[in-house]
Amino acid sequence: MTMPFYVAPEQLMKDRADFARKGIARGRALTALSISNGILICAENRSNTLRKVSEIYDRIAFAGVGRYNEFDQLRIAGVRHADLKGYTYSRDDVDARSLANQYAQVLGQTFTHEMKPMEVEILVAEVASDPGGDQMFHVLYDGTVNDESGYTVLGGEADSIAEQLGQTYDGEWEVGDAVKASSAALSGQERTLEADDLEVALLVRETGRRAFQRIEGDELAELLI
Amino acid sequence: MTLPLFEAGGDPGPNFAALLRSTGLAPPDPDVPAADLAITHATTVVAIRCQQGVVMAGDRRATAGHLISHRTIEKVFPADRHSGVAIAGAAGPAMEMVRLFQLQLEHYEKVEGKGLSLDGKANQLGMMVRNNLPAAMQGFAVVPLFAGYDTTREVGRLFQYDVTGGRYEEREYAVGGSGSLHAGTVIKLGYRPGADADEMIDLTVSALFRTAEEDSATGGPDLVRGIYPVVAVIGADGFERVADADVEARFRDLLASLESRGGDFE
Repeated sequence: MTMPFYVAPEQLMKDRADFARKGIARGRALTALSISNGILICAENRSNTLRKVSEIYDRIAFAGVGRYNEFDQLRIAGVRHADLKGYTYSRDDVDARSLANQYAQVLGQTFTHEMKPMEVEILVAEVASDPGGDQMFHVLYDGTVNDESGYTVLGGEADSIAEQLGQTYDGEWEVGDAVKASSAALSGQERTLEADDLEVALLVRETGRRAFQRIEGDELAELLI
Repeated sequence: MTLPLFEAGGDPGPNFAALLRSTGLAPPDPDVPAADLAITHATTVVAIRCQQGVVMAGDRRATAGHLISHRTIEKVFPADRHSGVAIAGAAGPAMEMVRLFQLQLEHYEKVEGKGLSLDGKANQLGMMVRNNLPAAMQGFAVVPLFAGYDTTREVGRLFQYDVTGGRYEEREYAVGGSGSLHAGTVIKLGYRPGADADEMIDLTVSALFRTAEEDSATGGPDLVRGIYPVVAVIGADGFERVADADVEARFRDLLASLESRGGDFE
């Protein structure tokens, strides 16, 4: 009979956290800002088809960084959760907070019980009719939920990007200001990002039922000038 | 309600109906005959192709046996941005079918990141009608019309169904429900290929007015209560419902022109 090596729980958790953080830090970052027109999410993403930012429900969006297959699985589960909840109760009963808690449970469970923690950080954002009501929940790889207000950054080098964004951030910004500031913060000092390098979406404040809109192509290029 | 995560083998994909079944939320089929029940029926709906796309309309009456059960029921709904669905038949299952159909299109679009083609949507609805066949045999038949603007071909298209889920694409117009014979005749006589939406809205108004005169289950314009048929135009800009005031004005014009002919309606 072989005896397993004893590993202290502190060490085990630390190793897992380091592993997840390393995976996330390798990926490109994204920013989310609450501005006058709604919530703007801007991700550095060279692919036009593998999305980091997507629609979950009428006023709720999802964004993920890290391993694509892992956060995409979570995204689809979120769409299902929201559609089932809206079908069973009513469309007004679907909210970002309960979805973020569900994500936190799954991520927390995976972090402690599975072979490998998920190498993802996700954002669940819900736009309200006035800017004060906007909700942004940032869920970490271990299930920690942060309720962010104003702006938030996910992914590699999040701290330095957040610091740069924080120097100029203003809740009264229009879409153009927010896209330019996000692009500048994501690119850092040495390089500049083009429209093709970005994936931008807006949860529009004043709108009909479905608030999620992508900003792409020429429209995005014009905003970056 | 927990997060619906699936193993790779049992994943329902973008199919909302399959998701409902896998979570046990799908409504069961009725297993009692409806013969003795006075179930609510929704009646006449029409759809006509026009230059801009498609005009869709339905009266507002629902009947239960020989009685009028609702005066203000709606039978024409947006299915998604560029398509609409109109229903005739047992009102309860029909409303549920519309609700599921709308959700199915939106769910697919969100999960896949790209909407279904118009043919795909029409097939989906056909499948839902076919799945309703056991219920239809018990008296809960639902027969929808589906119309939409095909954004790839840039034309309006419309589809008619039968109770078995058979899907038939029509080139000019489609009618459904108890008043379909009369509505179809009026439209057949007034239809002109390539006519614009404005002219075809007038034609649907006239068709529904004539049908209401002949078919007890079809409601005409209710000038006293201000209840008018639902009319919508589906074109390149999407599904747009015609304002009640506009529909009212068209009915008043129609009535005025009939009156000026000395009240000879025939």
